[in-house]
Amino acid sequence: MLRAGVAVLAGHWRRHPLQLAMAVVGLVLATALWTGVQAINVEARASYARAAALLDQDRLARLLPRAGDRLDEADFVRLRRAGWLVAPVIEGAGEGADGRRLHLVGIDPLTAPPGALTLALAEGATLAAFITPPGRFLADAATAAAAAGQLPGPVEVVAGIAPGVVIGDVGIVQNLLGAEGELSRLILWPDQPAGLPDWQEVAPDLRRESPAAAGDLSRLTASFHLNLTAFGFLAFVVGLFIVHAAVGLAFEARRTGFRIMRALGLPLAALVALAAGELLLLALLAGAAGVALGYLVAGALMPDVAATLAGLYGAEVAGGLALRAEWWAGGLAMAVAGTLVAAAAGLLGLARMPALPAARPRAWARASGRRIGAQAAAGAAGVVLALTATALPGLSAAFVAVAALLLGAALVLPGMLAAALALLAGVVRGPVAGWFLADTRQGLSGLSLALMALLLALAANIGVGTMVASFRLTFTAWLDQRLASELYVTGRDEAEAEALRAWLAPRAAAVLPIWSVEGPLAGQPGEIYGVVDHSTYRRNWPLLAALPDAWNRVAAGEALLVNEQLARRAGLAPGDRLELPGGARLEVAGVYSDYGNPVGQAIVAAARLSSLYPRHERRRWAVRVAAADAPALARALARAFDLPAGAVVLQAEVKAASLAIFERTFAVTAALNLFTLGVAAVALFASLVTLAGLRLPQLAPVWALGLTRARLARLELARALMLAALVLAAALPLGLGLAWLLLARVNVAAFGWRLPMHLFPADWARLGLLALLAAAIAAAGPARRLARRPPADLLAVFAHER
Amino acid sequence: MSARPPVPRRAVLAAALAGALGAAAPAAGQGFAGLGGPAGGFSLPAPGPFAFPADHGPHWDFRVEWWYLTAVLAGPDGAGLGLQWTLFRTALAPGRGAGWISPQLWMGHAGLTTAGRHFGAERLARDGTGQAGVEPTPAFRAWIDDWELAAPAPPAPGGDALDRLAVAARGQDFAFRLRLEATGPIVAEGEGGYSVKSATGQASRYYSQPFYRAEGWVDLPAGRVAVAGLAWLDREWSSQPLAPGQAGWDWFGLHLDDGTKLMAFRLRDGGAGYGGATWIDPGGTSEPLPPGALRLTALATETVAGRSLPVRWRLELPARGLDVTVTALNPQAWMATLIPYWEGPVAVAGSHSGRGYLEMTGYE
Repeated sequence: MLRAGVAVLAGHWRRHPLQLAMAVVGLVLATALWTGVQAINVEARASYARAAALLDQDRLARLLPRAGDRLDEADFVRLRRAGWLVAPVIEGAGEGADGRRLHLVGIDPLTAPPGALTLALAEGATLAAFITPPGRFLADAATAAAAAGQLPGPVEVVAGIAPGVVIGDVGIVQNLLGAEGELSRLILWPDQPAGLPDWQEVAPDLRRESPAAAGDLSRLTASFHLNLTAFGFLAFVVGLFIVHAAVGLAFEARRTGFRIMRALGLPLAALVALAAGELLLLALLAGAAGVALGYLVAGALMPDVAATLAGLYGAEVAGGLALRAEWWAGGLAMAVAGTLVAAAAGLLGLARMPALPAARPRAWARASGRRIGAQAAAGAAGVVLALTATALPGLSAAFVAVAALLLGAALVLPGMLAAALALLAGVVRGPVAGWFLADTRQGLSGLSLALMALLLALAANIGVGTMVASFRLTFTAWLDQRLASELYVTGRDEAEAEALRAWLAPRAAAVLPIWSVEGPLAGQPGEIYGVVDHSTYRRNWPLLAALPDAWNRVAAGEALLVNEQLARRAGLAPGDRLELPGGARLEVAGVYSDYGNPVGQAIVAAARLSSLYPRHERRRWAVRVAAADAPALARALARAFDLPAGAVVLQAEVKAASLAIFERTFAVTAALNLFTLGVAAVALFASLVTLAGLRLPQLAPVWALGLTRARLARLELARALMLAALVLAAALPLGLGLAWLLLARVNVAAFGWRLPMHLFPADWARLGLLALLAAAIAAAGPARRLARRPPADLLAVFAHER
Repeated sequence: MSARPPVPRRAVLAAALAGALGAAAPAAGQGFAGLGGPAGGFSLPAPGPFAFPADHGPHWDFRVEWWYLTAVLAGPDGAGLGLQWTLFRTALAPGRGAGWISPQLWMGHAGLTTAGRHFGAERLARDGTGQAGVEPTPAFRAWIDDWELAAPAPPAPGGDALDRLAVAARGQDFAFRLRLEATGPIVAEGEGGYSVKSATGQASRYYSQPFYRAEGWVDLPAGRVAVAGLAWLDREWSSQPLAPGQAGWDWFGLHLDDGTKLMAFRLRDGGAGYGGATWIDPGGTSEPLPPGALRLTALATETVAGRSLPVRWRLELPARGLDVTVTALNPQAWMATLIPYWEGPVAVAGSHSGRGYLEMTGYE
C-alpha cells in the first residue's frame, strides 16, 4: 500500500512537470537569494577580520608624526630600546600596469603584532624571501595582476588583503618609495610590558592616535550587513510564496487520489508521512541547487559589495569568495524550514481531510473572507507599531519600523484590495463587469500571497531606489560644493608649504589655507578647520541652516560653523555656543553637510585658528585657478619642488574617483532589487497557474452563460493587470515611506547625517511598466491555456461536480 | 679524554628559528629544521684558539649563534627560582648589509620560573636598525629592545670582557635585573672550543662562562624580590650544527654545591641516542667525559602543554661517584615562544647536591 502511495504521489509530478518545476524554481530561487546574501555577509565579515589582522590599521592605536607625514626610523629604534612594543609601517603610492593606483605598505614581519603577518606569510612567501631583496609582495588577486611586473620582486596572491594594497617588507618598500630611514607610522601593540617610561619622553615628535574609528567602522558595516540580511530575508519570503502556491496546488490536485488511498486503507499517519517525506526530498534537492546558485550570485556581486563598503565606509573587503560549509548547512536548513512553513497548510489540510467530499467553494470563500479581515487587523497593528518605532531613537528602532511597516502593509493589502474592488463594483455597470469584480474579489485569497510578494518587491524597489538616487544627487552636488578648489597642495613641512604658497601666489587666482587642529568637540574627538574669507566658501559651502550674515561673522572671528554630525550629536543649532578646546566659546553661525565624515568638525576663521592654536600645522593649501590650467600648474609645481606623489591633488581626479566609486556603490542593491522583482513575478505566475486549475468550476457557469473562452482569457489577463496596477498604487506610498525611513531614520541613526529625499517619478513609471509587464507575462500562460481549453473540460465541471 | 665533544644543546632552538624563518628550506634528510643542510656559502668552523674579545661578538659569516644565560637564584626567604636570558642570531645569508637589508635576524628569549609560576617572553628584530645587536668592544654589549646583557665598563687590564655583566629583561608580567661577576675562567667546550657533532663532521665553536655569581632583583606580579645565586653563560656559533634524524635534546647544566660544574646532554634520535658530558672542576679545568660514562634515566613525566615530558631524572656517573636525582622546580616551565621548548631550574639531590638548569627540546 505504501508503495502504491509513493506511486500516486510521484505520478502526479510526472503528469504535471510544470507544477514540479514551479515548486523547485521557487525553492531554488528563495534559497539562492538567502544563501547569496548570507555568503556575502559572511565573506565580508571574514574579510574585515583578516584585513584588520593583516594591517592593524584600525584595530590598534598608532604613533604618527606630529608634523609632516613621515617619522624618523630612529624613533622606532628609540621606542623599542625603551621597551615599547611598536611595529614600523611605511606607506606610499605606486602605480600598477594599467595606470591603476597601488597603495604600497611596507611592514616588518618580525615586530608586527602577534597574529598579523604570520597569517599572510603562511599563505605567501617565506619570511626569508619576503625580506630579502628583491623581496616578495603580497596582494589580492586583482591587485597582484595589476602590480605584476611593476615591482622588483614577484607578487603573491593572498586572499583578504584590501583591494589596491600591496604589502612588502619595510626596507624594500622604503627603497621603492625613496624613503630610506623614514616611516609613516608605528603600530602600538595592544599589550605593553609594565613599567615602561612615558613614550612621549622617548619620542616627543610623535602623537598617538587611538583606534576609535574601528568601533565606528564595525557599527557602520553592521548596518550595511543588516540591510543586506533584511533584503535576503525578504527575497526568501517572496520565494516561499511560490513554494506555497506550487505545493498548495499539488495537494489540491491530489485530493481525490489521497481520498482513494485512504478509502483503500492507507493509514492517515502513513499518508501524512509520505507527503512530508516527499516535501523533505524536494526541499533538500532544491535547497542544494539553491545554495549552489546563491554561491554564483554572491560571487557575481562580491566585487560590487567590496566596492560598496570601500566607498561608503572605507572598509576594505576582498572580492574573493570561498564556498563555506556553513552556507550549505544554513541554506539547506532554510530550504527545509521554508518548505515546511509553506506546506504547513497543505499538510494540515491533509491530516484533517475528511473521507467525505470537501466543503463547497463558497464556504471556502467565506472562510477566506474572515481570514482577510483578521490579516488586515494584524497588518494595521503592524503599521501602528511602525509609526511608534519611528518616533523612537536608535538604529534598532529604525529597523523595527522598517520591518513592521513592510509586514503590516503586506498583511493589510488583501483587505485593501477587497475594499477597492467592492468600491469599484459599486461604480461599474453591466453583468460581466460586476461578475469580473466579484470573481476577482473571491480569487483574492488565493492570490493574496503572490500579491503581497509583489507589493514588497515593488515597495523595496521604490524605497531603496529613492534612497540611492537621493544619495547620488546629494552626494554629487555636495562634491561640487566641497571640492570647489581646483588644486590641493601639501608641503612636506611648513617651510616648504610657505615656499609653495609663494610660488603659487602669482600663478593662481587664490591660494587658500587648509589649516586644522584636532581636539575634543562637545566631548568627542573632532577637528577644527581655519578658512580665510573668500568667495570660494561663501558661494559653495553647503549650509543646512544658518544665521543671517553667517559668513561675515565667521570671517570676523566671532562665530563658527559646525558640520551636521556634530550638530546632531551635540544638539547644536545656529545661535547656540560651542566650546573649543582651550576654552574659547563661539557662537554657532551655521550647520553644513559633511557626508561621509565620521567625526565632528568646526570651521573658524584662519586668523582665529592661529590665535587660538598658534602651533597648528600650516602645510596645506587649496588653489583656485582656471580649471583648464590646473593640470599644467600641478605638473609644473611638482617639478619645481620635486614633490612626492600625493602632495598635489587635482580636484577633477578626486571627483572622478569619488563618483566612480559611487556609481558602483549601490550596484549590489540594484541587483538585489531586480532579483526580488523577478522572484515576485515568478510568485505571481505560480499563483495564477494554481488558481487557473482551481477556478475552472467557477468559470464553467459563466462560459455556459455565453462568454467565449477567448473573452474569458482576456478577462483573466485584465484581472492580473488590474491587480498589479492596484498593488502598484499601494506600493508607491509604501515605498516612499520606506525611503523616508531609510534616509531620515536609519541613516541618521547609523551615520549621523540625514539625506534630503528627492522624488523620481520617471523611475516609478519605469518600475510600474515593469510590474505590469511582469503581471502580463505571468498571466499570459494560464490565460492562453484557458483560451485553448477544450469545451469538454468546461462541460465536465458540470458532469463531475465535486 | 674522550674524543667525543659535547653537542651544543641550543642548536635545536637556533635551528628551529632558522627553519621557521625560512633560512633554510626544511626538507627530508636535512635534519631538524634544516640545520643538517649544507652550509651554502657560510663559513665552517675550524679548530683553533679563541680570539677575545672579538669572539664575544657576532660571527656574521656563520649561520647561527647565541648568547645564552641561565641563573639559579633564591630570594631572602630561601625560595628557589631561575631565569634565562638568551639572544639568538640567525643569518639568511652570510655577511651584513646596511639597514633593513642586512640578512641577519635576532631573537631574544627571557624566562623566569618560580616553584608555582613560569613567565616567558620573546623579542624578534632585524639587524641593521640598531634594535638588536652585539658589540664586543669597548665594553661588551648584547641587546634586543630594552633587554640587555652588558658590561658596565670596559674590562680591567688582564680581565675578560665578560667578567662583569649586568643582565635585564622585561615581559608582560615580569622583569629582572642581575649583576653578574665571574669567579672562574672561561671554559672552552669540546676540543679547545671546537665541538664536533657527528661522525660526518658537523661542528661548532663553543665556550662557556659557568662561574658567575649573580645578585639582583626580579619583579613578580606580587612585587619586587631581591635574589642571589649562580649563573652560566654559553656562547656558540656554527653553520651546520646538526646531524640528520635528531629529534631534540635533554640538557643539564648543574652547579654542584662543592663548586663543580657538570654539563650533560642526551641527543634523541629515535634509537639509543647520543650522550655526553663535561666535568668542570671548581678551578675551571674541564674534562669531556666519554659517551656512555654518564647514564641518564627519566624517572617521572608530566603533561606540559599537551605533551609528556620527563621532569625528574636520575644521573649516574660512576667514575666520579655521582648518583643524583634531578627534579624540576616547576614542571610547567614551558617556553611558549615561536619555537616552544621546556627550560627551567632544577634541584640536585643524592650523592651530590646542587642546583642547575634543565632544557628539553623537540618533544611533540
